[in-house]
Amino acid sequence: MSLLIENLHANVDGTEILKGLSLEIPKGEVHAIMGPNGSGKSTLSKVLAGHDDYEVTAGSATMDGEDLFELEVDERSRAGLFLAFQYPAEVPGVSNANFLRAARQARLPKGEEIDAVKFYHEMYEKMDILEMDRKFTARAVNEGFSGGEKKRNEILQMMMLDPKYCLLDETDSGLDIDALKVVAKGVNEMRSADRGFLVITHYQRLLDYIEPDHVHVMSAGQIVKSGDKSLALELEANGYDFLKEEVAA
Amino acid sequence: MSYDAETIEADETAQAIDIDRSKGDFTFPENHKYDAGRGLTKDTVDYIADVKNDADWIREFRHRALEVFESKPMPTNWATADLDNIDFDIIRYYLSDGQKPKRSWDEVPAEVLETFERLGIPEQERAFLAGVEAQYDSEAAYSNMKEGLEKEGVIFVNSKEGLNEYEEIFRPWFGKVIPTGDNKFSALNSAVFSGGSFIYVPKGVKLKQPLQAYFRINSENFGQFERTLIIADEGAEITYMEGCTAPKFETATLHSAVVELVAMKDAKIQYITVQNWSSNVYNLVTKRGMAHEGAEVRWIDCNIGSRLTMKYPGVVMKGEGARGEVISIALANDGQHQDTGAKMIHAANNTTSNVVSKSISVGEGRSTYRGQVHIPKHLKGCKNNTECDALLINSNSRTDTYPAITVRGNDHVTQHEASVSQVSEEMLFYMQQRGIGEAEAMSLAVNGFINDLVREFPMEYSVELKRLIELEMEGSVG
Repeated sequence: MSLLIENLHANVDGTEILKGLSLEIPKGEVHAIMGPNGSGKSTLSKVLAGHDDYEVTAGSATMDGEDLFELEVDERSRAGLFLAFQYPAEVPGVSNANFLRAARQARLPKGEEIDAVKFYHEMYEKMDILEMDRKFTARAVNEGFSGGEKKRNEILQMMMLDPKYCLLDETDSGLDIDALKVVAKGVNEMRSADRGFLVITHYQRLLDYIEPDHVHVMSAGQIVKSGDKSLALELEANGYDFLKEEVAA
Repeated sequence: MSYDAETIEADETAQAIDIDRSKGDFTFPENHKYDAGRGLTKDTVDYIADVKNDADWIREFRHRALEVFESKPMPTNWATADLDNIDFDIIRYYLSDGQKPKRSWDEVPAEVLETFERLGIPEQERAFLAGVEAQYDSEAAYSNMKEGLEKEGVIFVNSKEGLNEYEEIFRPWFGKVIPTGDNKFSALNSAVFSGGSFIYVPKGVKLKQPLQAYFRINSENFGQFERTLIIADEGAEITYMEGCTAPKFETATLHSAVVELVAMKDAKIQYITVQNWSSNVYNLVTKRGMAHEGAEVRWIDCNIGSRLTMKYPGVVMKGEGARGEVISIALANDGQHQDTGAKMIHAANNTTSNVVSKSISVGEGRSTYRGQVHIPKHLKGCKNNTECDALLINSNSRTDTYPAITVRGNDHVTQHEASVSQVSEEMLFYMQQRGIGEAEAMSLAVNGFINDLVREFPMEYSVELKRLIELEMEGSVG
């Protein structure tokens, strides 16, 4: 059981960004992808989620054997794929509670209604873990949120939707250290043998709090190096300059 | 997913939509004792006056109105050219079974009762209304008010009863807020009106529950011309709600009402409309309220459906400290044009008006906002706030805004804001990534856009409104 990406090629506006990327994230593991700006990290998460702007030209991606590219965006989500966005969109006028309810409702068979009392109970429980104020449920999705509030909201949604595989795209960007700790707490709470994580980040800092099982370095649309968490520390100390040397050599 | 499964799913969705859409889309065989025939002449007007046994002054009022109607050109110099497609010669101006409105649903003819039951009217009446009038083509089939209101002196009747039996109350205001010659369609209504609600709420009486009227068109090529006059005497308060549907016919149907509201000193009138006409109805309605000293007139207007709606509810603030408000939501789908807005006429010191308009254009739907705010030079301390926001769903949707704010004198405060926004791809992608289907995501976005206005509706109506919007949005995505 894994999220399996093989030889993935993808274009945006005719320019190839992913150039034969392969990666396997088994359930129960946390994988981190690090890499310099422009290496294609965010593209990978958008391609897996099914964004229209990206065209897959070759390769495959399967989730527990199911072909992701055969599914619509919302079907991938309901099948268990979650993307915590780097820049979450605002949905004016739609409250967080109603939005989450709609997302949960979409997972039920036709004609079945969600139990509102249980739903609120569960949501409050998760909000407590993320140290979110109750008033938050009535606010419109991401509208006027600070960077930290947006990221907490992403993690709250992730917790409420109980995905099988979680992609976290630069979740640490724009977070102060306290917010970062809270977000990491939410992710760690969710770690289990039934769930896989792909944490995309530019900085090692996040990985102090969400400890990865494997670290991959991405460059020019491919994974160029893999290792354990010590690789992240090495990158932190030496930067990405080694990539140039390797290319030169 | 296999091809077959996809096809089946698509079929099921289509069926689900059809079933829901058909709520208002059914018709019964016509059973009319009185039929004025097609086309409009003096004879048509006399036929209606004869059937209704009109007093002489009403008959004369109709005759004068017909002359005004015939003399006025179509207002296509500023409005849409689609008006020219109305064929006044094929329209039928009066259809009724000649029965008085019944006080009990048990006495209402079976097919009429079934019509209103399918639309949920008797159920709503039991649940939260103070009274209901249900109009079927030209006349009310049912009209009743909760016990006790009559004792308090509340009058809730149709136009015929209002003018004949309570002439001393209604005649002084009839045609005074909206004169016959206000526009071509107010003149048309004045010539051939029938049905509608005449309401009087005595001094100091505050109705806790709303009165409701439901207007139903059952016959093809029919013109519905109801006439409504609501008078709230000093310190009185009333909320009135109207709903309307028609089946889908091959050819056009015309709905042209005149609604006049009179709020005496310190009275409050709130008039709520949820219109859901089928897409072949021309809906050309004139609505205006007069607010005396310290009084408040509030229009809450929701326009979904119809082929062309032209409606600009207005308030004339005649007494010091009067307030006027128009809150409107319009949704224009493919082939529809919602041309709506508001008129605020300040005619006394320290009067306040507020206009909030939100429109949604789907597919090739077109929405237009026209606003008129008039504050003359000799007045002091008047305030107006106008906000109009448009949401475009597709790249070929269209919206136009024509605000006309005339403010003379220095001692006034006016504020005007307008915005146009689109449901962005990023917003849709975000919602879909959470597992919400495309149509559902669209309707969430639309409901979010109008959310602050929907809160102004009574609970029962806001639920209905959300459901209507979901249905409209389901059809809008491929």
